[in-house]
Amino acid sequence: MEVKLFGAWPSPFVCRVEWALKIKGIKYEYIEEDLYNKSSSLLKYSPINKQVPVLLHDGRPIIESMVIIEYIDDTWKQNPILPTDPYRRAMARFWAQYVEDKFYESVKRAFFTEGEEQKVAVELAVEALKPLDQELKGKKFFGGEEIGFVDLVAGWIAHWLGVVEEVLCIKVVDPENFPSLCAWMKNFVEVPVIKENLPARDQMPGFYRMLRQSGLASCDGKQQS
Amino acid sequence: MTQGGEDVKLLGAWASPFVIRIRIALNLKGVDYEFLEEVFGVKSELLLESNPVYKKIPVLIHDGKPVCESMIIVQYIDEVWATKGPAILSADPYDRALHRFWAYYVDDKWFPSVSAISRAQTEEAKAEAVEQVFAGLKLLEEAFQKCGKGKGFFGGDTIGYVDIALGCFLAWLKATEKMTGIKFFDEAKTPLLAQWVERFCADVAVRGVMPETDKMVEFAKMLQTKFKAAASAK
Repeated sequence: MEVKLFGAWPSPFVCRVEWALKIKGIKYEYIEEDLYNKSSSLLKYSPINKQVPVLLHDGRPIIESMVIIEYIDDTWKQNPILPTDPYRRAMARFWAQYVEDKFYESVKRAFFTEGEEQKVAVELAVEALKPLDQELKGKKFFGGEEIGFVDLVAGWIAHWLGVVEEVLCIKVVDPENFPSLCAWMKNFVEVPVIKENLPARDQMPGFYRMLRQSGLASCDGKQQS
Repeated sequence: MTQGGEDVKLLGAWASPFVIRIRIALNLKGVDYEFLEEVFGVKSELLLESNPVYKKIPVLIHDGKPVCESMIIVQYIDEVWATKGPAILSADPYDRALHRFWAYYVDDKWFPSVSAISRAQTEEAKAEAVEQVFAGLKLLEEAFQKCGKGKGFFGGDTIGYVDIALGCFLAWLKATEKMTGIKFFDEAKTPLLAQWVERFCADVAVRGVMPETDKMVEFAKMLQTKFKAAASAK
């Protein structure tokens, strides 16, 4: 049973899949991709999105990080990531999708824009955090006492958001306004499987500054043509 | 209370493709439910209470507990009533991942490309949008082969997850075909999908909940008038 993961060291989407694999204790071969020079294998296995992560299990590719995590949970039954009860599963999927659709999308927009457009995106991002903070009240993790699906999907907030704030010179997660979320961030990065599998913090700003510059440049290129 | 002693309510509207998804899923499982139709343009107290985050239909309320977001509700229905009717998602993990990916593709990439046609400001932009839609349909034709494995639906012998994700838009698409002359599901371009469309719409789980094309055209024209009026009022 051969498991391979195509990834890129700074990617939070790759990390969440690695966390899932490590939680389950699955051995896998990790293949580092250069995002500015993608391999023919990656393009073969992910022809539509052309993105990492791609999980290859016995030669068959699975793509889209949240789909991959559910695949991992469906295939390997130890240390479940999603609850067994259908209602709790629906709630976990709901909040995971919320983090992606509402919070991540606003942060991404703020990251690749400037001026007024960025200001609006940041405001939307802060607004989107409120239900998340509310959801965490009285809980150590989104999954309860242990981390679960929503924690893995939201995990980038605990380590990557600070980098975004640094690169953009903004503040999104204010401890005064989001006490539960801040407590969760501290607890999340202390969980051993997470702590041992985070990209080096000091190397991230450089990568993300370059990513932002190339993103802004390509937007200008589109406008000029 | 319904026949099985369970309390199942669906907050929705007849024209919404996302609501149609839920109705098809409930029909497949033979689950009785109370359909609570929202008045167009007005959000009921029950909706605001049950879906405070998005304030949108559909919302399934099962024994008083609300479940939101259409494909999440479809999975919930499949899991709760696992022993009733056909499986909407296969038990095989790889098939599940394949179907989940294509449903995500429909929602995140393909249907937005369809919406882009009506939003296009110039003929050039419209032509480009139409090209995108057809490129997507080509991918979906391939997906049909991969997922359906030679059978009549993406789900195989019976309607499955991707059928529901894509098929719910057919009333809107048929109405758009009538209003624009664009033929989305062309036998010459995507023969498998063209045949699938007829098979899907004729299915007993779909027939009663898929709106008539003319009714959709009327509804679409009403929406267009409303938007134009709102735009000129600004």
